[in-house]
Amino acid sequence: PGRDAPAQSRSNRTFSMLEYVLACLCRSRPHELVGVVGLEIHAQIQSNTKLFSGSKVGFSAPPNSLVSFFDASLPGTLPVLNRRCVEAAVMTALALNCTINKKSFFDRKHYFYADLPAGYQITQQRRAVAVDGQLAYSLLGGRKRNQIQSRTVRIKQIQLEQDSGKSLHDDQRSQTLIDLNRAGVGLMELVMEPDMSCGEQAAAAVRELQLVLQALGTCQGNMSEGQLRVDANVSVHRPGEELGVRTEVKNINSARFLSRAIDYEIQRQIEALGRGEAVLNETRTYDSKSGFMPEPNLPPLVVYEDRGSVPAGLLGAEGVVVLEGLREGLPELPSVKRARLVRSYGLLPEHSFTLVNEDGLMEYFEAVVKETRKEPRKLIGWVTNELLGHLKHHNLSVSKCPVSPSALAELLELQEAGHISSTVAKQVASLSPSVCDSVSLSVSVRALQEGNKKVLNRLMGLVQKETKGRADPVLVRSLLEEKTS
Amino acid sequence: MPGNRWALRYCGNMLSLTIKEVSLALREGKISPLELCRKCLKRIKKTQHLNAYITVTEELALKQAEEAESRLLQGVYQGILDGIPFAVKDNFCTENIRTTCASRMLKDFLPPYNATVVQKLLDQGAVLVGKTNMDEFAMGSGSTDGVFGPVRNPWSYAAPYREQSGGAEDDSEWVITGGSSGGSGAAVTSLTSFLALGSDTGGSTRNPGALCGAVALKPTYGLLSRHGLIPLVNSMDVPGIVTRSTSDAAIVLEVLQGRDLKDSTTVQSPTSHAGFSEDFDVRNLCVGIPKEYHAPGLSQETLAQWSRLADLLEGAGARVREVSLPHTQHSIVCYHVLCCAEVASNMARFDGLEYGHRSTEDSSTDAMYAASRHEGFNAVVRGRILSGNFFLLQQNYERYFLKAQQVRRLIAEDFEHAFSAGVDVLLTPTTLSDAASYSHFIQADNRTRSTQEDVFTQPANLAGLPAVSVPTALSSRGLPIGLQLIGPAFQDGMLLSVAHWIEQRVGFPSISNYEVPNK
Repeated sequence: PGRDAPAQSRSNRTFSMLEYVLACLCRSRPHELVGVVGLEIHAQIQSNTKLFSGSKVGFSAPPNSLVSFFDASLPGTLPVLNRRCVEAAVMTALALNCTINKKSFFDRKHYFYADLPAGYQITQQRRAVAVDGQLAYSLLGGRKRNQIQSRTVRIKQIQLEQDSGKSLHDDQRSQTLIDLNRAGVGLMELVMEPDMSCGEQAAAAVRELQLVLQALGTCQGNMSEGQLRVDANVSVHRPGEELGVRTEVKNINSARFLSRAIDYEIQRQIEALGRGEAVLNETRTYDSKSGFMPEPNLPPLVVYEDRGSVPAGLLGAEGVVVLEGLREGLPELPSVKRARLVRSYGLLPEHSFTLVNEDGLMEYFEAVVKETRKEPRKLIGWVTNELLGHLKHHNLSVSKCPVSPSALAELLELQEAGHISSTVAKQVASLSPSVCDSVSLSVSVRALQEGNKKVLNRLMGLVQKETKGRADPVLVRSLLEEKTS
Repeated sequence: MPGNRWALRYCGNMLSLTIKEVSLALREGKISPLELCRKCLKRIKKTQHLNAYITVTEELALKQAEEAESRLLQGVYQGILDGIPFAVKDNFCTENIRTTCASRMLKDFLPPYNATVVQKLLDQGAVLVGKTNMDEFAMGSGSTDGVFGPVRNPWSYAAPYREQSGGAEDDSEWVITGGSSGGSGAAVTSLTSFLALGSDTGGSTRNPGALCGAVALKPTYGLLSRHGLIPLVNSMDVPGIVTRSTSDAAIVLEVLQGRDLKDSTTVQSPTSHAGFSEDFDVRNLCVGIPKEYHAPGLSQETLAQWSRLADLLEGAGARVREVSLPHTQHSIVCYHVLCCAEVASNMARFDGLEYGHRSTEDSSTDAMYAASRHEGFNAVVRGRILSGNFFLLQQNYERYFLKAQQVRRLIAEDFEHAFSAGVDVLLTPTTLSDAASYSHFIQADNRTRSTQEDVFTQPANLAGLPAVSVPTALSSRGLPIGLQLIGPAFQDGMLLSVAHWIEQRVGFPSISNYEVPNK
């Protein structure tokens, strides 16, 4: 997870000319055409069972093995609302500063498609469970990309709805294969207002949303696995003038692709208008064709402010959702986490931004801090620049980092004590394969060459640790002495 | 009248007894569950010409009867319904038993589960003898439009009616059962089962109840679970109960009611309401006669029965007065719009993909859908789907669907005003007249007939209120006439109590009085 975040390291700063130009356009000149980007995000709710039925939610299960009678639309079956899904939507809404509608409704949205067994999707068209929220997100900008730029995007609404099944088209045999495992899984649809102007902003907003959802545990947020699906609505206009025709960019499965696809579309529209052509909306959604109808089998969804507002007969009943308790139980959100890191470790905002942005990096950093007496402020660069940079270069996540926090701590201790130079330390941190074999080896070799006997002993200790005590000490000592002579 | 029943009992005609009576007979050893079951199955065969059953579950019934018998012998008794043969309309899912809704679309459909109300009866030890015939997908008021053919009213073959037709031997003037739960009405009144489940969306249980001479209860919406009832209109459907007596209906209601977690529209009946009582004192009763229910087409004889009951109640000390339900005139159109819209939605799942009829047309998915649906549904169903789609179009939604919802609220409020102004029950006709002959009935199309026939019954569905039809007399044609009582929500017990009071005093004859010995 988390491989899609905007890169910080040099090696991955492969911004094309196009992206650079567009990035500049974000801080644009008034008479130029600029992009206007809104997002429609579908987040799969992390729950044991589906939104309206008791079948399990799982991934990579054999086809059609997680399908209840209701999911298969067998006649006579009825929806039963999953409380956990409601709580997930409400918690997400609270984290995004939304107004919770104490009463919201379910509707049927009709269209015929093979992966929609009932011929309609149960969604919230008339009144969603939450409206009018806000997501604060940041970008690293400036020429060195180390200045925090804070922005906000308005959340129009969050609604609960069913996911559809999956269809696979087998053109060779002229058939379509349907897997209903995903049919009926709970989704939160989040609509972000068109407050963004380029791909970078959209990607950053999505990234922040991912972090929020993951912190809440309401959605795992993995775009490549389809847990978070983003559709972008893109148009261009001159600031101050009315909005242009929107087109949709759909089926995006990574934040990086999202950013590029949006920028590409903005550029395409700008060029088209420049040639005097009109922007056409070709992917019209099904809205105008399909009918909506209230879902008659589900009563209105009622959420209570506090225990005091719950009617006497319902107190203690299973299906009751109370905001007060959920609000109190919200975990630490990313923004709070970043502020805490700045306070606790004396870091700069851009550092804590990076730490929180990369999955596992904060934990890594904190583990290194624990094992060394070096000041956190002096460690941070190693973690966010050197280590992270090389991880990106090798396309590795933090969880796959071959240098453990204690090894890095060790390394930096040595560097601090002057036993190795910064260059060597950086080399180690560069994770090149030969070094990975024995982390401290090249570090200590130099020290050894400088005649430091203490280092030989320490090196012995490290080798034994690396080999889990299985190496023959006599053999190791002779090897080391040979290598370092 | 009670004397009549006991005489028959000693004559060994167990099949004409009420549930209460036959249950007692079982416990007293006067008959065994297996014998009773065999009698019913035999009679089903004998009355095959009525076409009341789509599927007869002979093997299963005998097995269940055997189990009931062994329970009885061990003195382990499930309850009053233990060993009692019952029938279920073919739109209730029965596990591994064909459930067709009288449609080509589901003609081979085997549900993998039982509807909740069916399960409850089975858990009581009742014996399922078969699935009854109906109008396709419950759309109709005659039980004439299913793919398995029309249902015939048992009274067509009883002496009073046959004498009218001059004792002619030909069959051509048989009369309909009404619908859409005609098979259930026929099953109970042809004495092949002691109770039957129907469904009631606009009168589909009460209508055949009245025309076949049975007690037919439409419970308050939300009292009985719809899980497993293949829906027509989710916001109006209820499982209906067809029995031979009001006491029987009360027994079955008690067994079937209750909140079901699988159906989010069910509620637990408030305990504050009075239950069924066989000693209801009508001096405490205020009966409302809605003036708008003097509908065009109301037969003289039905009108006469209506007056008769009003006089009967007044004579015994009840207060009887006229009330107004001013929006009644709009209820048919309102019902029609909402019904079609929900039908269009509910039928969208029938695409031949996961279950049901799938056409051999395979040039594309869309073509396959269209062909399957065209082949699987009759014209009535297709017509309502098309209408419903029209009403749900974005440009029409407000003018039709939303408007109909608002009118629905007004109709429901009409009832609320009447009940809160001191009226306890409303007394109305159930149908315009006694049963029409089939040849006459089919001269007009389904839509026209439904519009005419549902006029007294569908407002109660719009308002979600309980209503019961009680047979009161035979018409001059020798066919049953039933009258309807409508009560406030959740007052089903009180409603049945009043119905019981009426039942005791009208002397409606059992069909077994006129049994044609050999057919």
